[in-house]
Amino acid sequence: MRNRSVPLREVHVWEMPVRVYHWINALCITTLCVTGYLIGDPLALMNGTEAYFNYWFGTVRFIHFISAFLFFFNFIFRLYWGFTGNEFSRWYNYIPLKRCQWKEMLDVIKVDVLQVTNKKIDSIGHNSLASFIYFITFLIFLLQCLTGFGMYAAMSNAFLPKLFAWVVPFLGGDMNVRQIHHILMWAFILFAMVHMYLVFYHDYIERRGVTSSMIGGWKFIEEDVIERHDNKSEDCPKKL
Amino acid sequence: MENQRPSFYEEAIGKGVSRRDFLKFCATMAAFLGLEASGVSQIVKALESKPRLPVIWFHFQECTCCSESFIRASHPLVADIVLNKISLDYQETLMAASGVQAEDAYKAVMQKYPGEYIVMVEGSIPTENEAYCCIGGRSALQILQEAVKNCKAVVAWGNCASAGCVQAASPNPTGAKPVHKVISGKPVINVQGCPPIADVMAGVVVHLLTFDRIPQLDGLGRPKAFYSRRVHDTCYRRANFDAGLFVESFDDEGAKRGYCLYKMGCKGPVTYNACGIIKWNDSVSYPIQSGHPCIGCAEAGFWDNGPFYQHLPEVAGFGIETTADKIGVGLGVATAVGIAGHAIVTNIRKHKEIINEEPEAGSTVETKK
Repeated sequence: MRNRSVPLREVHVWEMPVRVYHWINALCITTLCVTGYLIGDPLALMNGTEAYFNYWFGTVRFIHFISAFLFFFNFIFRLYWGFTGNEFSRWYNYIPLKRCQWKEMLDVIKVDVLQVTNKKIDSIGHNSLASFIYFITFLIFLLQCLTGFGMYAAMSNAFLPKLFAWVVPFLGGDMNVRQIHHILMWAFILFAMVHMYLVFYHDYIERRGVTSSMIGGWKFIEEDVIERHDNKSEDCPKKL
Repeated sequence: MENQRPSFYEEAIGKGVSRRDFLKFCATMAAFLGLEASGVSQIVKALESKPRLPVIWFHFQECTCCSESFIRASHPLVADIVLNKISLDYQETLMAASGVQAEDAYKAVMQKYPGEYIVMVEGSIPTENEAYCCIGGRSALQILQEAVKNCKAVVAWGNCASAGCVQAASPNPTGAKPVHKVISGKPVINVQGCPPIADVMAGVVVHLLTFDRIPQLDGLGRPKAFYSRRVHDTCYRRANFDAGLFVESFDDEGAKRGYCLYKMGCKGPVTYNACGIIKWNDSVSYPIQSGHPCIGCAEAGFWDNGPFYQHLPEVAGFGIETTADKIGVGLGVATAVGIAGHAIVTNIRKHKEIINEEPEAGSTVETKK
């Protein structure tokens, strides 16, 4: 039997709301990308028939809009949770305002991206680089919501989409808005690819159970890392 | 005549238009403007009693297609009375005077009716070098700024005056700018389209005269009465869009059956105009009805969002026919290759950490709560 003797401790990193947010988000993004791509480049599924027999494209768009609303409210909830959740989900992890966050980013690039050293990254939640990337994805979420609801506003009388009616004139017309919305879809796809790879990578290298942490919330963290973490002097993105 | 300006109605009757035709015109306009029934009488009253609008109509960098469109309005009264016979104080293309007399005509309007006259502009204004467009030795910018100073409102006819149209398309050699970008302090009505629909133009003029104020505008300065809905939303082929029935090429069965032209590059879904309702040439047809995708001529920058027959626009700087999707797929492949490379390198360079286990297999993972 192969065994390993590093003393580990289980840490509850991702609370239930964060995990639920994550999976709803994953589901929404997948649905939105698939339906969004179809809306941009519809398949030639039907032919030789009359319009009143079908509504498949309308259904695709309907699914896209429903998912968009879900995505939007889920996103708003996550922003809220950034102010009430545990220390790993708080907003200050994601915005690199402290020197040590930038330093850790550099370390992560050296250790995990370029693999020139083997220093240990101490973060228990996201590391600083990951957090910063998530911050950028949040900005992309925001832009995607703005452009999406901006285009939607013209065909709705509902209160929420109407709040975005200024987006289209601001960006100079629907053509630009649609183009931005479409390009950003690819940012989501590329992010998802890299994101999934990195989860596997970290699990493979660090064996902290990062993959299952998004299911159960628990990570296996080395005792010495936890000690340093509790010794707040050394801990980096502690409250501002 | 200049001092005692006759009303539209007096001029029309003088030209041999019957009262019946005059009322028909008023009713048509009320319908186009989306007014309630009482609006008809408001228009009749205004056209009967109010003196005509003094108008200065400039042609800058443009092709005169707006004028061409205007004189083809569905009701002859619009062309005949509103433009040709009555309102026209200064209009380079259609006026009889030329040279000094022409210049005098528009200076006279500015002096006689300060705060009352309407400046109507066809065409964009060059800013790279003002000399690209000069009339009577003065640049378009100078002429416009002088005329606008005491005007009541500015009407920007067409895409050139509203958004720069083809002259402002990349690389925009003359630095062409629309009217609202070069003047300030006056209301500008952007009557979009290349050209705008004749009846829309007439509707704007009638609205100005009847209600003495500019029509309600959208975020891009376009009258809401005509530009609040996408061509797509009022398209008679819309059912085919929702059903997912698309023309795949111009000579296929779908084209014959009148399917949606979305995949042929139709810009209807991103273009706000009244083409689907008012239509063109006395409401005979409009591009989509004739089997051609909308090119989006009522939207800013439609030339740069081409090609016309491709749904997704090209992305500038990536070569001909490179769309966001092509770039996206390219980046996706590059990312996949990068991921594979990184995974291989990881297995080599991080071998020790992956194998990392201590031989004295005694302690196990500690669980503490």
